[in-house]
Amino acid sequence: MEKKVYLDNAAATSVRKEVIEEILPYFDREFGNPSTVYDLGSRIKAVMDEQRAKVAELIGARPEEIIFTSGGTEANNLAIKGIGFAHRKKGNHIIVSATEHHSVLNSARFFERLDYEVTFLQVDEHGLVDPQRVKELIRPETILVSIAHASNEIGTIQPLSEIAQICKEKGVFFHTDAVATVGNIPVDVKELGVDLLSLSGIPLRAPKGIGALYFRKGLRLMPLLHGGIQESGRRGGTENVPGIVGLGKAAELTRLELSQKVKHVKALRDKLVKGVLEKIEAVKFTGHPVNRLPGHASFCVQAIEGEALVFMLSSQGIYVNTGSACASKALKTSPVLVAIGVPAELAQGSVVFTLDTTNTEEDIDYVLEKLPPVVERLRAMSPLWGKKKAASAAH
Amino acid sequence: MKFVKDIKADDTLDLVCRMCPLHLLEPGEKLACMKEGQVLEVLTDYDGALEDIPSWCEKCGEEFIGIEEDEDCYKLYIRKKKGNGDGKESVSG
Repeated sequence: MEKKVYLDNAAATSVRKEVIEEILPYFDREFGNPSTVYDLGSRIKAVMDEQRAKVAELIGARPEEIIFTSGGTEANNLAIKGIGFAHRKKGNHIIVSATEHHSVLNSARFFERLDYEVTFLQVDEHGLVDPQRVKELIRPETILVSIAHASNEIGTIQPLSEIAQICKEKGVFFHTDAVATVGNIPVDVKELGVDLLSLSGIPLRAPKGIGALYFRKGLRLMPLLHGGIQESGRRGGTENVPGIVGLGKAAELTRLELSQKVKHVKALRDKLVKGVLEKIEAVKFTGHPVNRLPGHASFCVQAIEGEALVFMLSSQGIYVNTGSACASKALKTSPVLVAIGVPAELAQGSVVFTLDTTNTEEDIDYVLEKLPPVVERLRAMSPLWGKKKAASAAH
Repeated sequence: MKFVKDIKADDTLDLVCRMCPLHLLEPGEKLACMKEGQVLEVLTDYDGALEDIPSWCEKCGEEFIGIEEDEDCYKLYIRKKKGNGDGKESVSG
């Protein structure tokens, strides 16, 4: 059998067997609509409440503070637009970091088309936001600050508690996109001090198309989807019951196994980073060297195209990414890499590895065996690499 | 419509940004956890609630005290009547 090494777990994960087993009855035997009053539906409502409690427990929230969504993107949209519209009378200024996921950046840009103002906060060379800068940028009309807990592109984890404290003191709502962290590191909404937090089922190995938004109890939020009584009137539409059951089961398992996962993927990640930097010259390790996701390694390889690298590695059975799964097809220099000051030419060679418990040490050995010759082959075809070599020879 | 001012409420239910039929479901759930004589304040920006909530109170045997118009929402006051352990019965909105 051909070797296959999947290291793109930020983009998609395989659904856990235990999760699949838990979901299956909700496609046929337990198909009722949770909003109905008869037993076929009311027992599904009870099952959904159990899942809500499991998701809440994973992040230290109360069950009634969880709204199920179709994933991280919808949760981010609901947070930004939900606060933006509900609190327009209070103000019209929103602050987001320049390294946010497109679902946050574009929700903020949407408000620019209305009568809102948006500040895109700059980050340092590791992708860190300066809490003092957030403090300086908040003004009387600021209603929301949104900063991702971690970047799926460069792995950097932000100092959220400090920013949350500043927002609290200033009376500004604070949202975090925690799609990259919930399921990868311990996350507690009370410890972080956030008002809203988005999560996705993907890092938990739940199915695609399910996620959730945590919103602090008592907070007013304008729904994106107006409809019936689902999610207490905050998200209309018949619920994705199999997805919700899957998210609940995955959250329960994650809570029990997270510390083992962190240990496992961190050891593999450290081996990968060490090997890549030793075996390949002219490679930049991007993101924060220490405060980063445990299963995340990101590099910029000089004088090659990341897309070509990803394509050639896939022919060897190795699956990685160039950055955000949503943005990589756009063939545009990554805004995140631009924001951390990586030169456009070097940013073209971006490659991101995201690990999961399904990965083994053999997987990393295989990558370290196959990656250097692939880079060498691509550089042999690269005029940029030829120029660099000629310049070094001349010196 | 009876307008009131400075009513002291024992509990508040914030339904701002949420529409029909939440204003006919959640007050009943909230009142079920309150004691006889206690006052529930319902905050809403849904115009339909101004007619629906008084008629819901009449149907469920709760006392509708009145309404106060605030800057960004309406405040409707309901006093829990004796023997209404569960005001979950709903009327069409």
